[in-house]
Amino acid sequence: MFDDKKTPLLRVRNLKMHFPIYRGLMKKQVGAVKAVDGISFDIFEGETLGLVGESGCGKSTAGRCVLRLYEVTDGSIELDGQNIAELSGKELRAKRPEMQMIFQDPQASLNPRMTVGSIISEPLVEHRKMTKVERSARVDELMDAVGLARRYADRYPHEFSGGQRQRIGIARALALNPKFIVCDEPIAALDVSIQAQVVNLLEDLQEKYGLTYLFISHDLSMVRHLASRVAVMYLGKLVELGPSETLYTAAQHPYTQALLSAVPHPDPAKAGNINRIILEGDVPSPSNPPQGCNFCTRCPRAIDICHQDEPEWRQIGEDHFAACHLIE
Amino acid sequence: MLDARATILDVANLKTIFNTRDGEVHAVNHVSFSLAPGELLGIVGESGSGKSVTMMSLLKLLPMPPAEITDGSITFDGRNVRAMSDEELRKVRGAEIGFIFQDPMTSLNPVFTIGFQIMEPLRLHMRMSKKAARTRAAELLELVGIPDPVARLKDFPHQFSGGMRQRVMIAIALACDPKVLIADEPTTALDVTIQAQILELIKDLRQKMGMAIIWITHDLGVIAEIADRVAVMYAGQIVEHAEVTELFRNPQHPYTRALLETLPDISGSRAKRLMSIDGQPPNLSKAPSSCEFAPRCRHVFDRCRTENPQRRDITNNHDVACWWDASTGEPADV
Repeated sequence: MFDDKKTPLLRVRNLKMHFPIYRGLMKKQVGAVKAVDGISFDIFEGETLGLVGESGCGKSTAGRCVLRLYEVTDGSIELDGQNIAELSGKELRAKRPEMQMIFQDPQASLNPRMTVGSIISEPLVEHRKMTKVERSARVDELMDAVGLARRYADRYPHEFSGGQRQRIGIARALALNPKFIVCDEPIAALDVSIQAQVVNLLEDLQEKYGLTYLFISHDLSMVRHLASRVAVMYLGKLVELGPSETLYTAAQHPYTQALLSAVPHPDPAKAGNINRIILEGDVPSPSNPPQGCNFCTRCPRAIDICHQDEPEWRQIGEDHFAACHLIE
Repeated sequence: MLDARATILDVANLKTIFNTRDGEVHAVNHVSFSLAPGELLGIVGESGSGKSVTMMSLLKLLPMPPAEITDGSITFDGRNVRAMSDEELRKVRGAEIGFIFQDPMTSLNPVFTIGFQIMEPLRLHMRMSKKAARTRAAELLELVGIPDPVARLKDFPHQFSGGMRQRVMIAIALACDPKVLIADEPTTALDVTIQAQILELIKDLRQKMGMAIIWITHDLGVIAEIADRVAVMYAGQIVEHAEVTELFRNPQHPYTRALLETLPDISGSRAKRLMSIDGQPPNLSKAPSSCEFAPRCRHVFDRCRTENPQRRDITNNHDVACWWDASTGEPADV
């Protein structure tokens, strides 16, 4: 199914994350929220894979599963050939330094009672045997790398602005020299002028340290700028995955097309002549997805088969995958 | 600066400060704008630029104290809003000026039905009977595109999705047929496909009802799509104001220009690197004595650090508060 010429750093196959729903006195399981329902993708070394979708489509859950912050229901996640989904606690802990995460909300993901220095050095205390002097030297190095002045090491998170806090989060993620970083909407909480600063920083760091990113975002234009390949998610499933250029110019799946056409253009001259596809209605509940294709309830081009059979995830072009009955 | 067309709302030199324990915060500094009937004015700015506080000041929706309107005049439909009593203001709020807030989750009351909340302004302001109000509420829900409106009147806010709740908010704001609608980041909490639905709805409603709208947002893409005129705010001041095509084609203020450059595009060629604006917005602890954007500005020169620029006309309907002249690339001759 996938191109095996390059060896991927991360190989995810049929990943499922179902959260059980319990009801009644006996806590009987009555159903499950299928937050992630069988997704497969590869990420190659040094690239950025963008994962886009609307809120509630399961993109953040997918990101967390990849780092095994949740116990996955089914599927395999191979990082460097080792299946993370099956590692024991001890083995997983040894693997943790290789994979890190940058969180969405820099306010909530930094402990308000710890100084910036201790936040950044915490991973070093946990995973490395370093002396205090070595640790503080490493903290200085990291603060330089993310563009924070060294003298701020004794300050607390509330003394910083949103963009600076996000830099602290990035420094912490870099502390253990990871190979792979999941960026979960790292710029969503920031202002436009600050977003560009953080995105440029992420790109510089990628180049400098050879990092591999899974970049989760709902901002389609920012993903286009950052990612070499983009995966589009809808209601727990991937609907399309392809090289950034192909996906943005020749999207095949009707959902990707609608999503791209919905992005407002910062140019009034162009705004008038976009053929906008307005989707009807809302996303169905992931605990009760529709029969057949997940998108059939809102798809402007749905035909009979879409309401009966689930479309197969298959290759439709060079490095381009989609799940839709309508694509030849 | 303000043209001679009919105006429904005119704000001149509005100044709002907050008296906090840590000193004053100058949130709005001499903001002036006007709104013609049926027009859509977009207000763009980053968080903390004073765009919401400006609109809240108009109807005294801010807690006072700590907020205080220290200067300026607000004229709505020929009446002086600043001189109005609390009772007079109540008659304007929700009736003649409608509000849509950013977060549809928190601005609806969870313990009352949607029907009750839409009927409330109708009963209070229009003195409608319960029956008439209910009929009108169902009409409004239908107008904003909620299917099966009569049955849904009995539902509670948690039974609606985010996009649907925002439609309910719009229905409430439109209930009394307002002359002016103030929409404070109405689509920020929504997904792009739902945002596209709401933008279509607003365009449609404008044609049907013809009210004037002030649309606050930080998203230049949304502005480009729906606004007639745009005011760009930075640090509590309007730094540039123009008609929408003019602003995007011919931006004058270095801040506006930088903002437009930092946006990655969804089509066309991909930039190697995003332009960014270095530094942070100022903290507004004192009234501006120099240009607030100067520390982050690419074209800064001596005068910017000593004198706060006033808005000056570039062409008809286009003004900018800057000492630098974008057309020559030199200090402006004023």
